[in-house]
Amino acid sequence: MHTSTVEQQQIQSTSQARRGIRVAVQGLFKSYGGREILKSVDLTLEPGEFVAVVGRSGCGKSTLLRLIAELETADRGALIFGDGEHRPETRIMFQDSRLLPWKRVLQNVALGLPKKTDALQALRQVGLAERAHEWPAVLSGGQRQRVALARALIHDPELLLLDEPLGALDALTRIEMQQLIETLWQQRGFTALLVTHDVQEAIALADRVVLIEDGRITLDERIGLARPRARGSLAFAQLEERILARVLQQPQSSHSHDDEVGDVSLLRAVNQFAWAV
Amino acid sequence: MSAVLSSRIAARGNASSQAKAPKSDASWKRVLPWIVPILLIAVWQFAAHVGWLSSRVLPEPFAVAKAAWSLAESGELWTHAKISLWRAVVSFGIGGGLGLLLGLLTGTFKTAEILLDTTLQMIRNIPALALIPLVILWFGIEETSKIFLVAIGVFFPLYLNTFHGIRSVDKGLIEMAKSYGLSGWPLYRDVILPGALPSILVGVRFSLGLVWVLLIVAETISAQSGIGYMTMNAREFLQTDVVLVGILLYALLGKLADVVSRLLERYWLRWHPGYRH
Repeated sequence: MHTSTVEQQQIQSTSQARRGIRVAVQGLFKSYGGREILKSVDLTLEPGEFVAVVGRSGCGKSTLLRLIAELETADRGALIFGDGEHRPETRIMFQDSRLLPWKRVLQNVALGLPKKTDALQALRQVGLAERAHEWPAVLSGGQRQRVALARALIHDPELLLLDEPLGALDALTRIEMQQLIETLWQQRGFTALLVTHDVQEAIALADRVVLIEDGRITLDERIGLARPRARGSLAFAQLEERILARVLQQPQSSHSHDDEVGDVSLLRAVNQFAWAV
Repeated sequence: MSAVLSSRIAARGNASSQAKAPKSDASWKRVLPWIVPILLIAVWQFAAHVGWLSSRVLPEPFAVAKAAWSLAESGELWTHAKISLWRAVVSFGIGGGLGLLLGLLTGTFKTAEILLDTTLQMIRNIPALALIPLVILWFGIEETSKIFLVAIGVFFPLYLNTFHGIRSVDKGLIEMAKSYGLSGWPLYRDVILPGALPSILVGVRFSLGLVWVLLIVAETISAQSGIGYMTMNAREFLQTDVVLVGILLYALLGKLADVVSRLLERYWLRWHPGYRH
């Protein structure tokens, strides 16, 4: 919450002439079927800032991301992007890769792009250039997610939303991908919002770690560690332990939240079904 | 002595067949589906030859082949086959095309569904063949009547499957594509149509099967040319062999339609793990 003026200046100087956009979330409410998932969430992402949202499953962190992505509309509250004049260039990496199975890997990366020359370069960055002409169906889950990352980053977005995108990757690829995301974020300066349940991942990548509990933001911790962050360092480990302890503080309420999640996903499924019928 | 010899031969036979087995496996599999038809024809030929079957009930296969040959030589066969094929293609084009178009329309736009679907469902429940008297009153026994009849029958499988295909496209993919800036025609071309294609092709296969069923009836009732006319004409002169030639021709053309739809599936659904060979 409390930020020194030096840090503030640093952020401003590094984000100058970059693509990052300011995102202001003000008093956001969202409920599904009478259950309140988000209760008055206030959050501001400075231009080029990397914010990670952590919390137990069902705390509403994914809902917050979907609201910011404008995939869903809030019941109450406001979302302001930049000066509020134009729609932000937002890209999302989903939990599942959501590749189009009828397009080859390269065409998937180039989705919505005028030319395909950059697509191969983007694939090279995620180490899949040699699979460019294969169908997504033959790739492993981790490889598909890497293609999805290439597809998200190739658009050079102002705001990148990451909805637990690395959960399916193996440990080594995961760290590699985290480094890749960090490098590209530093190069391009987009604003990033990462939703994850992995506290270590959040600390490794984010400028700020935000904890959502019971639909509210209950912790907003600035991570002052220098980049690239060494996971083995004492400061890192202490920070991780502290935040993890804070996440685990409310064990008894977690059950009811899990129930909520079950209900919400069911609700969605029913909605989808209704749509199909 | 002889027993020893025969057992030795048997052993040698076994050994050689075992050695051959892996090599001839592929060709054996290719021959296998044809064994039953060939056996049936052989039994049929034998039964007719011995005199168990009267030539008026079922002439021997050889006589059928001879009839086919003379019909082909006189050019009669080709004229009739050509006109039947033309009718099939035209009515499939009209009926199937309209089915596809209306299916896309009602599948895509809720308003179109509300407006049209009830009417179409009512018409669907009228058997196409029940319209024959009306069709003859309207169009006489000209080409129009047959094409109209077949087109109506072919319309519904394509309409229903296209509608269903459009509605069951993965919503997550559409959401993803929209967030990647796709909308309007590109969204339709890259996501919705390919997603609906497996279902549309099921409709195509159904329709192609129906084309021949309906065409046979239409041609036997009201026609002055075509395979159906040829067989009805032959019936009047008790030429059972020509009737059989006509029936076999329908079988061949039906098989041809099936092969075409399989090729379409193999090409358009080559991304689909279920259609890979």
